[in-house]
Amino acid sequence: MQFFYEEGVLTAKLAGEIDHHSAREIRELIDDHSRRKKPYCLRLDFTNVPFMDSSGIGLILGRVRLLQLWRGRVVLCGLSGNLNKMVELSGVSGVAAIERRAG
Amino acid sequence: MKPINKLEIKFPSNSVNEGFARAAVSAFLSQLDPTLGELTDLKTAVSEAVTNAIVHGYKEELGPVYITVKIFEGGKVTVRVRDKGCGIPDIPKAMEPLYTTGGEERAGLGFAVMQSFCDSVRVTSKVGKGVSVTLCKHFESRV
Ligand SMILES: Nc1ncnc2c1ncn2[C@@H]1O[C@H](COP(=O)(O)OP(=O)(O)OP(=O)(O)O)[C@@H](O)[C@H]1O
Ligand SMILES: [Mg+2]
Repeated sequence: MQFFYEEGVLTAKLAGEIDHHSAREIRELIDDHSRRKKPYCLRLDFTNVPFMDSSGIGLILGRVRLLQLWRGRVVLCGLSGNLNKMVELSGVSGVAAIERRAG
Repeated sequence: MKPINKLEIKFPSNSVNEGFARAAVSAFLSQLDPTLGELTDLKTAVSEAVTNAIVHGYKEELGPVYITVKIFEGGKVTVRVRDKGCGIPDIPKAMEPLYTTGGEERAGLGFAVMQSFCDSVRVTSKVGKGVSVTLCKHFESRV
């Protein structure tokens, strides 16, 4: 997983399948970076995530809660295939913005 | 009805096996020449059921998880995921969307995902004896 920080925006480029097993390490890394930078916006980039189950939704909701501590918000981008379905079903778009590529 | 093919697997409830379990089921079903969408839907549902056995069924301890996949004539598939863990005291309540006993990091969406990605989901349980979840999905023939 890679992190980029620029002008208050922290981007976490996730990689690999997200399930209960992998979510733990992902969560620890994101929370560590977020607590240090306190970004006003955390962008979770799912471009390189081929699969995600409801553990991924738990992961997103947990980060929304963390960012709320300093009034930051979470943006989801690079969603495709089964991730779109999961995000739709969960209603997570009510608490996190979804960035779609133009076109 | 007798299945035309059948897979049985048993593995300990280490979380590292979640990926193996859904990949194994998915590989077995490739003989049906499924669409990617159908396969991913079932894979996601299997991931939910297996994760529940590991996270809720056995909590801190380890125990066996059993998966039986059956393929029937005409493309009907059933996947049964079973554990011998703590069981579910109130199944209708557990299946309500957003209901969770899993704390902060769980969304309470596992059963909702299974229901929306499969044709039917059957859950049976005895407290202290474990849970059995049977997912049923029809795979369309592509020929
Ligand atoms: N195999 C099981 N053994 C014991 N309890 C279970 C089992 N499966 C589910 N449950 C109970 O049912 C509840 C709802 O399960 P569900 O999968 O819908 O949500 P969750 O696992 O809590 O969260 P999520 O799946 O979104 O991570 C669980 O919180 C747990 O209390
Ligand atoms: Mg679950």
